[in-house]
Amino acid sequence: MKKYDVVTTISYPKIGAMGKTGSWRVFKPIFDKAKCVKCLRCWIFCPEASIKREKDDTISIDYEYCKGCGICANECKVKAITMEREGEKK
Amino acid sequence: MAIKDLPVEEYILQGSAACPGCPATMALRMVFKAFGKNMVMVVPACCTAVIESLYPNTSFNIPVMNIAFEAAAAGASGVEAALRVQGKKDTTVVAWAGDGGTYDIGIQALSGALERGTNFIYICYNNQIYSNTGIQRSGATPYAAWTTTTVGGKTEFRKEMGDIVRAHHIPYSAQTCISYPDDFYRKLKKAQSIKGPKYIEIMAPCPPGWRFSMEKTVEMGRMAVETGAWTLYECENDVMTFNGKSKLILEKKIQRKPMEDWIKYQGRFGHLFKPTKDTKRIQALEDHIDLIWERYRECYL
Repeated sequence: MKKYDVVTTISYPKIGAMGKTGSWRVFKPIFDKAKCVKCLRCWIFCPEASIKREKDDTISIDYEYCKGCGICANECKVKAITMEREGEKK
Repeated sequence: MAIKDLPVEEYILQGSAACPGCPATMALRMVFKAFGKNMVMVVPACCTAVIESLYPNTSFNIPVMNIAFEAAAAGASGVEAALRVQGKKDTTVVAWAGDGGTYDIGIQALSGALERGTNFIYICYNNQIYSNTGIQRSGATPYAAWTTTTVGGKTEFRKEMGDIVRAHHIPYSAQTCISYPDDFYRKLKKAQSIKGPKYIEIMAPCPPGWRFSMEKTVEMGRMAVETGAWTLYECENDVMTFNGKSKLILEKKIQRKPMEDWIKYQGRFGHLFKPTKDTKRIQALEDHIDLIWERYRECYL
């Protein structure tokens, strides 16, 4: 990262500028790969960019920063993502 | 443009200060995907100034300049002039402001920049309130909506910024919505390819401000278009084109959904339903939307 030597306040990009935002989560998205049709709606609508798109268009969820808003589960047409309360086991 | 064809690069880094389900981050991701790294963004006081996170870190991986509330377009004009002098002609200059910074506080700077013909893109993400300062009414707040400064519901109708911008007869202006990424991306790319001042307004339903649950952000945006409360259009050199569902509503090929379908999910309209249903005010909302569509049909059909 190039640092600029100027007399003003400059913020520099950093992943996790507000810490691990995954700790904000109450409900956790669970991804079922078998049901996924690779439409990528969850990927484009995720406000946090916490749904990672692989080269073959499969997705994975980054739980470290996912805030658990549930948009991915709500927008999934085939119900491949479901929300589950944090800490509960099926 | 299908969702699959959108770029993979992310310039919003994870771990930002945005609320869960924030439509602004969703829209910002699209903007950064469309314009890439070769851009400068000018941000006045708005939610985005918070989403950038705290000094000395930022969650935006592109150059951003923060500026006073009323000066987004003026700041962008300065940045554009400086880049022009340096010969950096391919850099996209974007002013990104909320509806408060566009409809109310920033309108004179915006009008000035549009009149001067500054080569930049002004993007207004419209969540119909001053959400950053804690949900106050703005010029974009619809009739009867609750905010902290309109406790019994707003008594005035919202103004139409799109019409005011079109009165400047700029090369390109458009309205879009976060729920239609293909439409949104296409409009951003088109705006980038045109020289001169461009204006894009995005409908951005705000979960804490509108009082609906956070997983419904995209759904609320979609409902806003389907009920006719928001219009998808683009205006290139004074030629209006309606897009998607709005085109069908304009041509009366589909009936727009009743406003009640949309507002019943929003707590800010809760006082219209509880304890008794206020049919008079719901009808007033409905009539206002009808009036807007009649105006469109008169002018552009």
